[in-house]
Formats: sequence, structure tokens, C-alpha cells
Amino acid sequence: MSAMEAQEEAIMERFETIRIPDPVARNTKIAAKDVSVIYGSKPALHSVSIDIPAQAVTAFIGPSGCGKSTFLRCFNRMNDTIDGCRVLGQMDMDGDDLNDHKLDVVLLRARVGMVFQKPNPFPKSIFDNIAYGPKIHGVARSKGELEEIVSRSLQRAGLWDEVKDRLDEPGTGLSGGQQQRLCIARAIAVNPEVILMDEPCSALDPIATATIEKLIQELRENYTIIIVTHSMAQAQRVSQRTAYFHLGYLVEEGPTEHIFNNPQEKRTKDYITGVFG
Amino acid sequence: MSSATETLDGVDGASAARSNRDIIERRLKARHRAEFRFRMIGLGAIMLGVTLVALLFGSILAKGLPAFTQANITLNVTFDPQVINIPDRPVQGDLSDADYREEMLAWQRRLVFVNWNRIIQDSLAKVVPAAADNARDAVGMVASNERVRLRDMVRDDPSIIGSTKELDLVAAANVDVWLKGNIDRSLPDSQQQLTALQQEWSDQLYERGVISMDFASELFTNVDSRSSPATAGLLGAMVGSIMMMLIVMVVAVPVGVMAAVYLEEFAPKNRITDLIEVNINNLAAVPSIVFGLLGAAVFINLFGLPLSAPLVGGLVLSLMTLPTVIIASRASLRAVPPSIRQAALGVGASPMQAMFHHTLPLAVPGMLTGAIIGVAQALGETAPLLLIGMNAFVASVPGTPMDQSSALPVQIFLWQGNELRNFFEARTSAAIIVLLTVMISLNALAIFLRHRFERRW
Amino acid sequence: MNTLIVVAVLLILLSLAYQWGVSASRSVANASGIKMHSRPAYHGLLVVLWCAIPAAVVYILYLVFSPTISANIVASYLPPDVAADPQATATAISRIENIASGFGAIGDIPPYQNEAAAALSRFEWTARLALIGLAAAAGAFGAIWARRKIAPNYRARNVVEVAIKVVLIACSAIAILTTVGIVLSVLSEALRFFTYVNPLDFFFGTTWNPRFSTVGTEDQGQFGLIPLLWGTIMITIIAMLVAVPIGLMSAIYLSEYAGPKFRLFAKPLLEVLAGIPTIVYGFFALVTVGPFLSWLGATISLDVQATSALTAGVVMGIMIIPFVSSLSDDIISQVPQSLRNGSYGLGATQSETVRKVILPAALPGIVGAFLLAVSRAVGETMIVVLAAGNSPVLTANPFEAVSTVTVTIVNQLTGDTDFASPQSLVAFALGLTLFVITLCLNVVAIYIVKKYREQYE
Repeated sequence: MSAMEAQEEAIMERFETIRIPDPVARNTKIAAKDVSVIYGSKPALHSVSIDIPAQAVTAFIGPSGCGKSTFLRCFNRMNDTIDGCRVLGQMDMDGDDLNDHKLDVVLLRARVGMVFQKPNPFPKSIFDNIAYGPKIHGVARSKGELEEIVSRSLQRAGLWDEVKDRLDEPGTGLSGGQQQRLCIARAIAVNPEVILMDEPCSALDPIATATIEKLIQELRENYTIIIVTHSMAQAQRVSQRTAYFHLGYLVEEGPTEHIFNNPQEKRTKDYITGVFG
Repeated sequence: MSSATETLDGVDGASAARSNRDIIERRLKARHRAEFRFRMIGLGAIMLGVTLVALLFGSILAKGLPAFTQANITLNVTFDPQVINIPDRPVQGDLSDADYREEMLAWQRRLVFVNWNRIIQDSLAKVVPAAADNARDAVGMVASNERVRLRDMVRDDPSIIGSTKELDLVAAANVDVWLKGNIDRSLPDSQQQLTALQQEWSDQLYERGVISMDFASELFTNVDSRSSPATAGLLGAMVGSIMMMLIVMVVAVPVGVMAAVYLEEFAPKNRITDLIEVNINNLAAVPSIVFGLLGAAVFINLFGLPLSAPLVGGLVLSLMTLPTVIIASRASLRAVPPSIRQAALGVGASPMQAMFHHTLPLAVPGMLTGAIIGVAQALGETAPLLLIGMNAFVASVPGTPMDQSSALPVQIFLWQGNELRNFFEARTSAAIIVLLTVMISLNALAIFLRHRFERRW
Repeated sequence: MNTLIVVAVLLILLSLAYQWGVSASRSVANASGIKMHSRPAYHGLLVVLWCAIPAAVVYILYLVFSPTISANIVASYLPPDVAADPQATATAISRIENIASGFGAIGDIPPYQNEAAAALSRFEWTARLALIGLAAAAGAFGAIWARRKIAPNYRARNVVEVAIKVVLIACSAIAILTTVGIVLSVLSEALRFFTYVNPLDFFFGTTWNPRFSTVGTEDQGQFGLIPLLWGTIMITIIAMLVAVPIGLMSAIYLSEYAGPKFRLFAKPLLEVLAGIPTIVYGFFALVTVGPFLSWLGATISLDVQATSALTAGVVMGIMIIPFVSSLSDDIISQVPQSLRNGSYGLGATQSETVRKVILPAALPGIVGAFLLAVSRAVGETMIVVLAAGNSPVLTANPFEAVSTVTVTIVNQLTGDTDFASPQSLVAFALGLTLFVITLCLNVVAIYIVKKYREQYE
């Protein structure tokens, strides 16, 4: 036990992240404080602290294996599904600590939705894909209400006009970009407060990517969005704030423009100018 | 992204989320209860499965273990020359083989007609004097095949006539049943298997230590017997089963491995190999009894091979095991990474050399495991053997694979149907324990090999 | 012992041939100074092949022709009165053979027998000498021919590899031949059956009463398949009702909930159930489960027979549990993790994910697995032979004794050598029915499972 504690001590060691405040004042949706992640005996994330602004897009960037996806998965406790993964620290969202094990993950995940790297529609009809979340949570009181939720979610995801005549066809039959928007609609249908996106465009062609990026911009009005991306251009296009991760450390975070135009850290600069990555 | 969206966006996101949250929270408890229930049902299903395993083994062990000990009567047997009244054993001299055998048979026929019951009765009378006057009761105390044993002793060494030897004679099955309490002692004498006198003698001799419970070695050294259930053993069945397993190993394993090598490495991908593929998968799921029909029609009716022969049984079981061996061998060939074959091809080996020098040696452990499991499966198979005549009663040890023989599972089938229920239920269970022990050892060997040689790529 | 010596001598000769080929290729290589196309070992192997195959052909010819010739020789000495009587002929032939082998014969030996025996042993001697001489000559010629072909650019390796490939293909063909053999033998005997009994009466008859096969009786008995088929179906349904919930829930628990340690312990334990021979299950049903169910029925005043469709079905279900669970486990673990993540990400509990996402996604594969399980239940023999009660009546009551297709095959065929009566031929018609049913189930199931695998590859 003590070995584990010593390890936790080591990983909790403070790391001075360079922080540049926002020029415009924003409400903080989630405040993460000293979040560390250990896979078995391997530390994956070292004492990360960051404030996620509400009604804005925050982008996590950094080279592969830097811990950005691991950190993203802390926001809806998806790391719970991995054997031997431990998460330390606090994540405060509207007064609830997300990392508190007394917190019900079912409810948390209804509040914090997620869109994955590869589109993963269920092998069900388009309608049932969207209706899945509302059905399991029992938020639709009637069939009419369910239909309304489905159509509203599809509209918000910008997919309605393309699929409204074939809602009973399988969701797996759509194109890649449509599938990803279906997955976004599926997440919206539960009416979450936060949407996590784990490289949502990495499996898509440029045109589908553009559609999704436009959609993200629109969704920002109503949702807090965190996006992990490999593409610096994408981070620049869609996000208001950017956090740069390196080897499990949060190196620098600030307004997107600032990070890209005037990075303070050498590593950040090297990464965004393409010296490595 | 038209007007519809805008009006919908008018709904305040945060407050909608708020009311959603209340709804979800209200149902949470019920959902977690359902989750717990589901999980418990799953655990219950596994526990039920494990319990059934325990129950099966428990019931077989409880019934079968007592049968490994058996009542033996230790008697001083006098080979009385008055009773064993026979001429000297013939010697060959300058007789031809045929004539010598004829004389020998005549002599042995005299031996058969000796009153061996009298010998047993006299021996028993030394410990219970009343036996001298109750021939029937006395003879019924000892397994009837023990007469044959005494006869064989004289046949092998006629010089023992006139001497007295202390022998452990196997008690009759009914004595064993009586002493082990496998029969209700309160039943009236008319329904008992032992006569009143025999009951009294059994208890008395058991108390005096003349009858003792010893390891039932005849289970392993004797062949099946109808007239003398207490001395019925598994030797013939075990030898038959071993012969069939050897045939399966010699036929199914090499053929299966070579077929797998061809299909996995050399076969062109076309409709014919597709057909072979479907065919093998299907053969693996064909009921075993159909293979028995094949054996009856082809090996016995068409080729005229003998009924009940281990050769026929082994061939039928080989055909049945073949798909298992092919599928397992292909899987282990496929598990060898292609990089190894490519490396061999890259330095100029022919595909055949790459196969036999590099891929095959790496796949051997997996193939071995599959082969052992296939052989174990064949060992336990019963139905096809019944159709090639192996349900016949055979009271001899097969000398060659062409002789009549029994097999372990068939012996179990025959014993469970014996009328002497309260004795043979235990015997059958004991035979099952023997069969399962062999099978589990084989499977354990397979698991051991898999762990010992398992490679992760 | 003798054969062992012969084998050893042959092996030594062949290894000499091998050495000869190897050294010959070396000396050719040295003499020419050019690099050989093939390694010496291949030249050696080729010499062995050229030596062994001609010699083997000679031996096979000897095996085929010598019995006919010796029979002719013996027949030519038989006096006409003996030759006219088949039984006397058989006795005379066996006596002659015994005399010729030096064993001798009992009693007076007629002169013709002595002459025949002498001629026979003369022939056997010459034939054996000729065999050795010819085989040696053929082998030597083959070897010399192969030796002369050794040259630097001779592609010995390719020739050897072609030979190996032929053997490999022959091995793969055995699987096909087995299927062809099953179809032809079962079909031809079934067609013979249909010359006695109208196929319509067989497939749609509702009475099974084959009578005993007494030659010459007018009425042949009734061979209605329906009661047997119904018994099979009823037992299969009961078995699936037991096996599917338990097996599927175990699979779900093992693949979705159980930790690695629990898996390591529970999975092999369940697989033990799969390795137990069916005869053991049959015995378990007969002596444990049957009486238990009967007692259980009695406590709720229900008349349950100890051997009934229920007993057989329940025990068969237990047998199939590991089959269902391991197949379903495979299928469920093929469902991509991304679907699970998608569902968890929306806030679904594990059981909701299993029930609403994983099972629907895995459904085709699981249906395939169930069909395979059904096919296995339909073809299962020993459990029903022991525990179903063998009463071929059409009943809807699962607590009564029934009979099945497999049980009837065993009953009608065991111990029969000649398939002349419809009573034994019907086994093949039943076997054909069984084969077709299981074939359809297997092909459909294998196709579904394959398609399912491809979907997630």
C-alpha cells in the first residue's frame, strides 16, 4: 500500500503550467485541480489543473501519448471502464466533484456526453440510435415526446434534412461524416451540459470534417465543449481556449489565438510550428 | 440549420438540462437495482453451472469410490487329490502340434469337470463348519469365477495338487452388497439376495476378519464376466480403448496435420478449397452416431472387417476426430506470424521449406494440444461403437486390433444395464471414475502443454 | 516379432539408399564444380522414393494375387465329392493350410490333403522368394535410375516437393471422402429401405412399431417417423430451455462482468462439463437426475416418470451449457469495444448496455451458436438411450417416456451384420433424416457465424 502511496506522492508533484487568462471573462464550467491518472503502475497524467469555460470550445492538443485523451476521459469517468486505472485529484462541476466515487456515473454521463474518435453508431435504426439515450434515462414521457427529441437532436446535429425520410434505416448505413453527426445527435438527445469530443474528425474526409467543425461552432451556443484534436488547424478554427499537453504534463494553456501566435513555452512552440509531433 | 433550429435553440439549454437531471435522478435507484439483479442472475448462472459440475462428480464419486474396495474371503484351500482326480498333463514328445493340442484340450476338459465347488465348500467349512452340510449356501459365498482361478492354478502347475494354500478369494457380489449395506437388511428373506445362512456367515466372517474389504484389483486385471459379477473387470475394455486411441493417434493426427498444412499454406483459394472448408466445419458438427452408420455400412458391410474389432472402432473414431484435429492444427498454424514465413521465403527457402523448417515447428505445441483433446474426445465416445457391434459381451482381452473387444465407455453402457442393480451401479460408477481419470489426465496434459509452450507474438 | 525385423531391415535398406543418393550428389557436385540446384538431402530423398515406390507396388501386387493363386492350387487337389460340399471344402482347406504351415492336423490325413499341402507350401515358398527378388530388383532399378538422374541442374527438390504435395492433398481429400462416404452409404442403404417401405409411410407415419424381423412374415410392421421426430424435438426444446438461459447468462457474466481472476477459475470449470463423455451424462440422468425429478414431481403430486423426455432434456441441457456459453462468449467478445463505449458514454448501466446494445449487435452470431447447439442436441445419442425411456409414442407430455431418432438407430442396428430386413435398414433411413437435419442446421449456423465475424473484422 505504501508503495502505491509513494507513487501517488510522486505523481502529484506540482508542475507549473503556464496560464494565460482570457481577455473576455467567461464562467467556469468545470474546475479540474491536480488531476493525475495512473494505469497500473504507469503514470499517464501528472497533476493537471485547468478551468474549462462554459459555452465555449476548449481544445486539448499535443503529441501522441501526451495524456490529452486520458484527461478527456476523466470528465465523464470513462477511465472507470479500464481495469487498473486510477484517477486522483478533484474536478468540480457546478459544485459536484466528478472524481468523487460516490457520484453516480450514470447521471454524470447523462450530463457529460461524449463523441468518439471513430463513429460508433449502434447497429440499430437511425431513430433508435438517437432514442437510445432518452429511452434508458426515461426522459421521454410519451412516444410523441420521444419523436420530438429525436427530430430536435437531428436538427441540431444538422442531419435532419438528410435522414428525415429514412429514420428506420440502420445507422451503420450512413456515410462516415453522417455517422459522426449521428453520434453527436445521439449525445445531444440526452441534453447534456458538456460534450466531450475525442478527435471526432480523425476518421473523416475534409468535407465531412468541415461540416462537423461548423456544427461544433453552432453547438457552442448551448453546450460546453471539450475537443481533443491532432489537427492544429482544427484547434485554431473551432476553439476559444487551447491546452497543450506534453508527456503527461499540461505545459501551457490560454486563449487559442495566444497559444498559436505567441506560445510561451519552447515545447509548445516546437509542436505548433511542426518541429515534432 | 434553418429557422427550425433557431426556434428550438430558444429553449434554454441549462434549464432543460436541469429538469432532465431531475427525471434521471428519480429513476436512478430502480436502474441500479435492475443492474444488480442482472449481475446476480449472471453470477447465479455460473454458480449453477459450477454446482452441476460438483453434483455430477459428487454423485459419481459417492457411488463409485466404494466399488474400489471389495469383499475378499481369505481361505486355506486344499487341492484335494480325491476331488481333483485327473491324469498327468500330456507332454508333446514327438506329437505333431495339432495332435498335442488335441490331447491338451482333452486333458483340460477333464480339468473343467472337476468338482471345484467341492474344493471351495471344503475350504469354507474350515472356518464355518456348517458349510460342510450346506453346499449351495457355501458355494454361493464365493464369486463363481474363483473356481476358474483354482482350475487355472492347477493347469499351470499340476504339482500343487495335494497341497494347501492360503488364498484371497473374491466374495460373491451379493455378499459384497450385503456387507456394504447396499441392500435393505430389513427385507424379508424371500426378497434378499443372500440366504439366511449366508447372511449369518457373512456378518460372522466379516467380524472375524476372514472376510475383509481389500482393494478391488480385479477391476483392473480381469475381463468382463456375466456369471461372476464380483470378478468382472475392465481389462479387456481398457486394452480395447488403448488400441483404439493408438489407432486414432496414428491415423487421425498425421492425416489431420497434413491436411491442415495443405489447406492453410498451399491450397489455392478457390471454390474447391471453400467447399473443403465448409465440409470440414460441417463434419465437426455431424452427430457421432452418423459416423457409426458409416462404419457399419462401409467398414463392416462393404470391406467385411470383423464386428466389435478395435480396428474398425479406431478407424470410425479417427474419421470422427479428424475435423477436430484439422481445425485445431489450422488455428495454430494461423497463429504463427506471417513474418516468420516471409523471412524464410526472403532468404530463398521454397514455400515447402519455409513450412516444414519454420512454420510447422512453431505450430507443433498448438497442434499437440488439439490432437490430445481430439483423442480424449474419441476415448469417451460411445454411440458409434454400438453400431459396429461393440455392445457385444466380450470376455477376453483382444490380442490384435482385429479381435473382438469392448471399450471403456461401452463397458459402462453394458454395466449400467446389468440386472444386478445394487452391485453394478457402484461398478459402473467406478468404471466412469477410471474413464474420467484418464480423460482429465489427457486434458490436463493438453492444458499443461499449452501453458508450457505458449508463445505470444 | 518377425514383422518388426522385416520393418527394421527395410528401414536400414532405405536409409542406405538415402545415403547413397546424398553421397552421389556430393560427388557429382565435386566433379562438376558447379553449385547443385538442390541440396544433397533432396537427391537422397528422391532415391528413397524411387526405390520404395516400385518395391511397394510389387508387394501390393503380391498381396492382391497370391491368395487367389493359392486358393486355386488348393482347389485343384480337392476330390470332386469334397469340392461339391461347401462345408467339407472349408474344413479341408483349413486342414490343408494347417498342414502346410507345419501345425499339423488331427486324425487321419487323406493323401490328397498331404499333396495339396505340399504344393501349397511349395508355392508359398516360391512366391515369397519371387516377392523378395522382384521387390529388391524393382527397388534397385528405381534407385539406380534415380541415381543416374542426379546432375547439377536436376531439380530434385521440386520433384520431392511435388510428391509431398500429393500426399498433403490426399490427406485433405480424406475429409471430403468421409462426407461422400457418409452420404453414399447412408443414402444407398436408405434407398434399399424404401424398396420395402413407402417413403410417405415413413416420413408421415404416426405409428412406430417395426416388429421383429422374422423372415417371410406378411406384415412388415409400421415405420412412422413422426413419433421419433417429435420425441427428438421435445427433448431438444427442453434442453435448449435449460442450456440457453444458463449458458448465455454465464457467457455475459464471464465476458462483461467477471474479473480476470474469476474468469481464470470459472471458465475451465465450465469447460469440464464439455469434456465429460455423454455416456456419463446418461448414467447421471438415469441414477441421479431421473429419480430426483420423479421425487420432485411426486411432492407436487405430478406423475413424472424417472426416464422421460424431461429427464433426458434437462441433462442434455446441462451437457450443452458449456457449448452455448463458450460460443456465446466468443461472439460477445467480438462486439467492438467502441459500441460499449458509446453506450456507457450516454450514461447506460452495464446491464442496459448488454441488453440493448451488445445482445442486439451479437444476435446473429448468437443465433448461429444456438443452431449449432440445437444440431448437437438433435444428434446426441447416449443420454437419450439411457434416460428418455425408449417408448416411441406420440405424446405431448414431457413427463412421459419418449423415444428419439438416435435411440431408434441404436435399437435397430446394434448386433446386426446383414442389412437385409427393413427392421435394420430403417436405421439408415433414420440416419439420413438425422444427417440432413443436422447438415441444414450446421450449414446455416456456420454461414451466419461466418458472416457475423466478417461484419466486425
